Amino acid sequence: MLSYALRRLLSAIPTLFIIVTAAFFMMRLAPGGPFDQERTLEATVMANLNATFGLDKPLWQQYGIYLSNLFQGDMGPSFIYRDKRVHEILAEGLPISIQLGATALILALLLGALLGSIAALRQNTKTDFAVIAVATFGITVPNFVVAPVLSLVFAVILSWLPAQGWGQWNQMLLPVIALALPQIAVVTRLIRGSMIEALRSDHVRTARAYGLPTHMVVGKHALRAAILPAISYLGPAAAALLTGSIVVEQVFNLPGIGRYFVIGALNRDYTLVMGTVVIVAVFVVVFNLIVDLLYAVLDPRVRYD
Amino acid sequence: MMTLSIKTTLLSATILAGLTSAASAATYMRGNDGNPETLDQHKTSTVAEANILRDLYEGLVVYTPAAEIAPGVAEEWEVTDDGLVYTFKLRDDAMWSNGDPVTAGDFVYSLQRIMTPETGAKYANILYPIQNAEAINKGEVEPSELGVKALDDKTLQITLNAATPFFIELLTHQTGLPVHPASVDAHGADFVQPGNMVSNGAYSLTSNILNDKIVLTKNANFHDADNVALEEVNYLPFEDRATCVRAWEAGEVHSCSDLPAEDIERLRGQHDAAVRVVPYLGTYYYALNHEDDTLADPEVRQALSMVIDREFLADEIFQGTMVPAESFVPPGIGNYAAGSPVTEYFDMSMLDREDKAAEILAAKGISPDSPVTIELMYNTSENHKNAATAIADMWSNLGVNVEFNVRDASAHYAHLRDKGDFDVARAGWIGDYSDPQNFLFMVESDNDGFNYANYNNAEYDGLMDQAAGETDLDKRAALLQQAEVLFMRDLPFIPLLYYSSRSLVSPDLQGWEDNIQNVHASRYLSLPQ
Repeated sequence: MLSYALRRLLSAIPTLFIIVTAAFFMMRLAPGGPFDQERTLEATVMANLNATFGLDKPLWQQYGIYLSNLFQGDMGPSFIYRDKRVHEILAEGLPISIQLGATALILALLLGALLGSIAALRQNTKTDFAVIAVATFGITVPNFVVAPVLSLVFAVILSWLPAQGWGQWNQMLLPVIALALPQIAVVTRLIRGSMIEALRSDHVRTARAYGLPTHMVVGKHALRAAILPAISYLGPAAAALLTGSIVVEQVFNLPGIGRYFVIGALNRDYTLVMGTVVIVAVFVVVFNLIVDLLYAVLDPRVRYD
Repeated sequence: MMTLSIKTTLLSATILAGLTSAASAATYMRGNDGNPETLDQHKTSTVAEANILRDLYEGLVVYTPAAEIAPGVAEEWEVTDDGLVYTFKLRDDAMWSNGDPVTAGDFVYSLQRIMTPETGAKYANILYPIQNAEAINKGEVEPSELGVKALDDKTLQITLNAATPFFIELLTHQTGLPVHPASVDAHGADFVQPGNMVSNGAYSLTSNILNDKIVLTKNANFHDADNVALEEVNYLPFEDRATCVRAWEAGEVHSCSDLPAEDIERLRGQHDAAVRVVPYLGTYYYALNHEDDTLADPEVRQALSMVIDREFLADEIFQGTMVPAESFVPPGIGNYAAGSPVTEYFDMSMLDREDKAAEILAAKGISPDSPVTIELMYNTSENHKNAATAIADMWSNLGVNVEFNVRDASAHYAHLRDKGDFDVARAGWIGDYSDPQNFLFMVESDNDGFNYANYNNAEYDGLMDQAAGETDLDKRAALLQQAEVLFMRDLPFIPLLYYSSRSLVSPDLQGWEDNIQNVHASRYLSLPQ
């Protein structure tokens, strides 16, 4: 399994290279540049800025410089946030996004597994319908509605929690809930479906026949099979969650990196966009690998040799 | 009604509880437009940066709470009769936060630095009136040739290319703020980082986390420190204005620097005294391409302007947060004793204006039966879209059909800059300093960057040149007024609305005076217990 993991990681290098190259040139195809704004800059000033940032060089040369810097761990200067380099900006924000995303992810997995199992065990009862109704609601109501409503109710009206900001534990609650809700809903539905199937499978029937108590049958034997679809869903979802969400970050004013995807693109902050692309690409590759490895652990039928 | 009153009570209780718990009385939680792009006064360009830099540094001159010019580091200055040479006497007790005295040499260093091409200063051109500044910025002349000299430690002399009556106004801009030379030499571009930064204003920089907050602490070495009430100022960046409003209602911030237009009515209902909608030094306009076949005709341009119901735009689309514009230069601007000229059709009723416009266009063969089509270009935004839709509707009654062309801001302005083809384009202009020249210069025929209309009128250029050479402010104002008469006759731009600044200010925050520049230095504010 170790050699499999190494092979997968090595094969990720050309993938990342292609992504970086494609993103670099696509970004430059967009009309306008980082210094086009409501106030047009004086021609001299524009020329000085282009020279300062190397934008006056031919594109292939800029690409070469970017790549060689990237290999040395330098993602270049941000065109907009001029006091920092892109890797410094991402290093400031990424731990916050990861902290939020990981908490939401764990919450989604635990609550989703619990609710999904309960619904499956009480299939077609009121409990089941209630869980499904809530889950459907959670999937359909978008983040940009849930987040402001949470803030309005718990911060402005009830005054229980802060409306925005970062640094104290209670500032994490609302954003984590806003991030986790849709994920809980999806995981609940996935687990419910696969759990119903698992409960009817041969090995679970055998376990019951041996007279094992229900919590052992469900918790140890059925859940292990039932959780697989949720795991394959959560791999890519984790990559998205851990790299931040623009909606949740803006509504709760959090210094994560989710916002840089959108702000960077709108500002034509080429290096910042490239930085976020690299981060997301790495997360997607890594999480897909983790999912595949987890499959081998959870499902005895899967083996990598 | 019952629930409403309960909610209101809860709200006010919340605000009271919040303000006392979230922040100790001497810490001002200040909502800002967004994160500053830089804290380097020579690379700066945004209002969010201006707000913070004004707290960190003191320039030769400063703004009072009412945005009037007052002595800053310079306690007095003299101008030669020809308006070319300014001599500033610096105050003896001006000190940097590390205890160094602020000297004339610091200003020489700073002004040379902003003009050095390698600095990449976005707003260098605002100081081009200084002798040799432009040539230095172009890399043609050494920075030491700049017309700024230290006669001694406390006497600074600035020589200009030509008389510039608004030169003192220019020095209020954040680009005129000094840097501490030793820190810049030691840390290079990193002199702006907390721990490295040495500043000479009422506050010094304690921490700066991108998109989280910027903490400023009172500078004990500031010469007027005794009159600075707030011990700490936390700047919180709000990309999303609604978030700031919620934080304000929850008592987590004392002021917001902008408000969502759609929420103004509710806020006025609930917290009337806290909502500050104040005229601002800016104009929202449509540029008309004078090289377009249809728009080349001045009468057609007049008709298009005449038929736009600006009250509707201001009240319905911008919820009373913009003011109908009847001139290009906004009212309340400095150095404009004569004031903007009156354009007669603004006195007519909307119905009469529509009839007159239809009559003009009918004479040109344009009517709903034989319509023309023009393209209206704007940058993405809900409000720009609504305004464009309303104006297209007003024009359609005249037989002018509109096709929209929408791009994001970068692409929109790049298209205008590159002299891309267009008929009508939305734009806005916020004055950099309070002088009509800062508005009217935009359509001088040789202004490559801003004359989107390709307006070319020798008489207009002549008046602007004459005004530039006139040192008598009243005569100069009269010349500028004549230029604006031509502007309103020829309409390179159709002025639509004057901007307003929109702030939400806690009743606990004392010393906040509404002003046209929307400047509110923290040193004048206080939070009495």
